[in-house]
Amino acid sequence: MTDEYTLKGKVAVVGVGETTYFKHGQSPDPEFVLVLKAILAACEDAGLDPKEIDGFCSYSNDRNDPPRIANALGIPELRYSNMQWTSGGGGAAGAVQNAAAAIVSGSANAVVAYRGLAQGQFGRFGRSGGSRPISGPAAYTLPYGMMSAAQMYAMRTTRFMHEYGVGRSAMRAIAMACYHHAQNNPRAVMQGRTLDEETYDASRWITEPYRLFDCCLENDGAAAIIVTRTDRARDLAKNPVVILGAQQSGGHRSGATAENMTDYVTSSFKPAVKHLYQQAGVTPSDIDVVQSYENFTGGVVMSLIEHGLCTYENADEVLTFDNLRADGGSLPLNTSGGNLAECYMHGLGLQIEAVRQLRGESPNQVPGAKVALANAGPMVPVASTALYGTEEALG
Amino acid sequence: MSRSTDEAHLPGLRQPVAANDGLDAPFWEGTKDHELKVQQCDDCGTHQWGPEWMCHSCNSLAVSWVTIEPVGEIYSWQRPHHPVHSALSDRGPYIIVLIELPHASGIRMVGNLLGDPMQTIEIGAPVSAVFEDRQGDPNFTLVQWEIAD
Repeated sequence: MTDEYTLKGKVAVVGVGETTYFKHGQSPDPEFVLVLKAILAACEDAGLDPKEIDGFCSYSNDRNDPPRIANALGIPELRYSNMQWTSGGGGAAGAVQNAAAAIVSGSANAVVAYRGLAQGQFGRFGRSGGSRPISGPAAYTLPYGMMSAAQMYAMRTTRFMHEYGVGRSAMRAIAMACYHHAQNNPRAVMQGRTLDEETYDASRWITEPYRLFDCCLENDGAAAIIVTRTDRARDLAKNPVVILGAQQSGGHRSGATAENMTDYVTSSFKPAVKHLYQQAGVTPSDIDVVQSYENFTGGVVMSLIEHGLCTYENADEVLTFDNLRADGGSLPLNTSGGNLAECYMHGLGLQIEAVRQLRGESPNQVPGAKVALANAGPMVPVASTALYGTEEALG
Repeated sequence: MSRSTDEAHLPGLRQPVAANDGLDAPFWEGTKDHELKVQQCDDCGTHQWGPEWMCHSCNSLAVSWVTIEPVGEIYSWQRPHHPVHSALSDRGPYIIVLIELPHASGIRMVGNLLGDPMQTIEIGAPVSAVFEDRQGDPNFTLVQWEIAD
């Protein structure tokens, strides 16, 4: 029986856009300008006047607040704004979910989910510093030299590999697939930089068990996704890509401090997945292409398992470079190059790539793709995950 | 069972101070006395770390600080090589461990594993605490770990 209280099919992505993606610190524009440019690019893609946007959703405490953006764009009515709270980019799919919820509830007509980052202007993720005293949860880790994102998530991967005896070869395959796909993507920061097994194996440790190529990039740029009602989407420039389902995902005490979350060996997707597939009315075997957020490759392995795309037992056998590539693989992964090789825009680029695949616009197109998964933020206290489809996928 | 040292393992990082809401002050006071204190619920007996204002198990607000035996087992680990802070630039690799304390409701604590930074690390290995006394403003004591004899 279909539950009418779902997003399925009611909301469509009509515009996607991004700025040029820069290496960290190299944007010539301030972060706020990057956000404006990304929103304008998404509007142009949609064939939508920017002044028709009436809602804004972001995540990760984005510094560019909706009143300021609405003011800059000269938007006549700001009807809805929303922030999804979590660490890192765990809210990338959640921001799209919130935007879609605003549409379904009639709170707004055209909502943009966006994220901007200018690490030259505001400081690098991968670098800590300072000498001021620290208090609260950070005081339980930072004095022991645990302060960067890689350090916050490395021990989950150690424990995962210990419990299940898989992961190392899968992690390498994921990194290689991302770099492989970046070579065809003119937006990718790592276009022109290839990665083979020897280069991965010889790369330096950031923190064991993560090597350099297990870790996401740090970039400057911005990205934006515009959603509206599916019936209105049909009048806009591109074929609508419908949202089949979207969920945020935090497990029991997933926000516990000092690594005390009840379920430690998890990408954080276990609570969401059953709701996601039920809402969307699809199963893992219906998914044609996967965009799985790589803060660190070890998190992707757990994400794919928890989404039912492989198992704890066969992860190393399924997650091979040959299987993960768009050109002939059975489980095409991160077909833009993802956070490892396209750009680390806190994962919004992965949501955009899912849309491009369903429009037939990907630089690494999976022929006939109808259903795409795009998740965000493995291992963070609250992750999020979304399924997109062509209108044909609605059946 | 435990010991103390005044040798700084990772000098130059930001020093801990008790939070200004008072929540974790008993922990930091305890470490200076070379005692490992965590919260325990007066009503249901559940231990918790990090501290919260409420027992996460039964939602009682009656949560007390108790001294527990400063021993545990290695639950997970990592070995940072890349220095992310200027104080670590010439330090070389070091080991961060996640220690499980089965005798205290299985809470976990983060610290460094002392000894050879390139040692082989076994998950499940028993460890005991080393209270690292440090000069600061105010003075403070970190809880480090070493393989138990």
